[in-house]
Amino acid sequence: MTQELTQAIVDLREGDALALVDRQLADGADPVAILADCKAAMDVIGDRFAAGEAFIPELIMAGEIMTGVSAKLKPHLTATTPEEKLGVVVIGTVQGDIHDIGKDIVVTMLDIAGFDVVDLGVDVKIDKFVATAQEREAQIIAMSCLLTSAIDSMKKVVAAAHDADLNGCRLMIGGAPITEQVVAYTGADGYGKDAVEAVELAKQWIGGA
Amino acid sequence: MAFTDGWKDLSAEQRLDARMDAWANPAVEFESDAMKQHYQDRVRLFRDVVELRKPARVPIAPWMSLFPGLSQGLTAKETYYDYAKLADAWMKFHAEYQQDVLAFSINIVPVHIYDALDYKLYDWPGHGVGDNSGYQYNEAEYMNADEYDLLINDPSSFWTRFYLPRVVGAFEPFAGLDPFTDLVEGPTLGPFFIPFGTPPVQDMLKKMIDAGNAAMEWIQNFAAMDAKAMGKYGLPGFAGGVTKAPYDILGDTLRGTRGLMLDIFRQPDKVLEACERLVPLAIDWAVRSNDTTRHPFVFIPLHKGADGFLSDADFRKFYWPTLKKVLLGLIDEGLVPLCFAEGAYNDRLETIHDEEIPAGKMVWMFDATNMSEAKKHLGGYQCIGGNVPGALLTTGTAQDMDDYVRQLIEDVAMDGGFILGSGIVIDEAKTDCVKQMIAAGLKYGSEV
Repeated sequence: MTQELTQAIVDLREGDALALVDRQLADGADPVAILADCKAAMDVIGDRFAAGEAFIPELIMAGEIMTGVSAKLKPHLTATTPEEKLGVVVIGTVQGDIHDIGKDIVVTMLDIAGFDVVDLGVDVKIDKFVATAQEREAQIIAMSCLLTSAIDSMKKVVAAAHDADLNGCRLMIGGAPITEQVVAYTGADGYGKDAVEAVELAKQWIGGA
Repeated sequence: MAFTDGWKDLSAEQRLDARMDAWANPAVEFESDAMKQHYQDRVRLFRDVVELRKPARVPIAPWMSLFPGLSQGLTAKETYYDYAKLADAWMKFHAEYQQDVLAFSINIVPVHIYDALDYKLYDWPGHGVGDNSGYQYNEAEYMNADEYDLLINDPSSFWTRFYLPRVVGAFEPFAGLDPFTDLVEGPTLGPFFIPFGTPPVQDMLKKMIDAGNAAMEWIQNFAAMDAKAMGKYGLPGFAGGVTKAPYDILGDTLRGTRGLMLDIFRQPDKVLEACERLVPLAIDWAVRSNDTTRHPFVFIPLHKGADGFLSDADFRKFYWPTLKKVLLGLIDEGLVPLCFAEGAYNDRLETIHDEEIPAGKMVWMFDATNMSEAKKHLGGYQCIGGNVPGALLTTGTAQDMDDYVRQLIEDVAMDGGFILGSGIVIDEAKTDCVKQMIAAGLKYGSEV
């Protein structure tokens, strides 16, 4: 076990982190243990983000390093048991809006946190959210928008989800224009003001809180 | 062409006076002397708040995009495409919504030109989004991570030969042309013009002629529509030109948000060098357009420097220094930068109160920034404004709007230096909310 890798990722030293992974793999280190070091680093970065000490570029850079590490680990992980997922989240930017940056950060953070994330992309039709949630037996539908004009699409997804009776699936919204008032307007179950809050909320919901 | 004779010899203050005079006396036929006076009174309101004098009342200037069309029953597609319907809606909108500025016709983007050229940077109704959606931006890495030197060495060549072929379908042949700077001596004209004899380039030139014709139709219709509303209702425009922060030109236009965020870790020196390289281009862009429109305000939408998008240290390192150079360059030209800080700017307030930028020379319009904090940091230094939330305009009630505007004016407007505006550019909103925003602005803003 090494704190060195965790620290390299926390410091966002991409080259160092990737070189360390190469070296550890060459030395026969357990890839699952390497992954655990990476997750420890991501937890630190997530905490820093929540505390206002790290920002979106740091999250994106850390995600990029994780992508690089995962690519290196993948060939070594085939024999290991697949990890237990926390739950299924169907996510997308709602119809009428093609903004993806915020949504993509939430996807990365949910994925790193251990959720099975089904990313429907942008400008996602109302029915697509509901049909996918049914098909994948999702616990959460997460909707994003940047445009205020797309808020009504969220409201429509909420209504369609209620009509479809998705077996307790909860509805989360997020994006720059979202406030408590918008949550009430759309009928959603809650919102996260940023990616870290979204992950916290998802964990609370899945944990039955 | 300079704005007036002897421009080079004028001080920044004299240039500002010249531009303000031109703004107050436009080449527009007013319906009556009273309406001309009304126009000039409104210009005075804006000049007073910018220069930190107490105005006769709080000026009201929400950012309008599609709302003037949608509120009059047009679809988004009709608003963009049908000049006759738009002109009709434009007059009805301004009769019904008595704000202190013309709606922002620059936001009714020229889609006929996009059609002629196969413009890929935006989606617009019928091209990627539905008939009732505003235009949306297709952000991507239109400049690759390894192309910084191409940009830095020759931005114009980079734009024509690399960027434009990627975002404009008709301009793909530009990728095969030589830079115009090759034309240094007579013999170079031979090889330079060979591609212009080929079908793809000639086809491109035909499409450019179509775009030119569409542009003439666009400017004739829009100029007439704006002049008519100005003359009938005594409405000044809110800005006469646009520019951007150099870091945003990189982040919005060239590298994309994600690409640029990775670059600040992987190649920070290149990012800084590119931002510096873009400063004179950003200044020149605004000066030329404002010289033409004879309006002193320069609209500068700010995107990638908002809270959360950069650490404060990185904002001070990557974003602010070159934006500041642009602001100083514009102020020196007698222009008034009108920064629209989209998102929240709470963490930036300390930085943007920069004593090297002279007081009373620009405007900070905000979106989700805490306005009391903004007033605390910028009050008595620069005019502030904006902030009425898009979510409230879309989902609130007229009473919510009245409460919000009253509180906002009480909090920050009582000693002047404030423009009532929206925190977002308005496409869809509840009509009674927009009306009440304006009514509340007139009611409470007259008590300052």
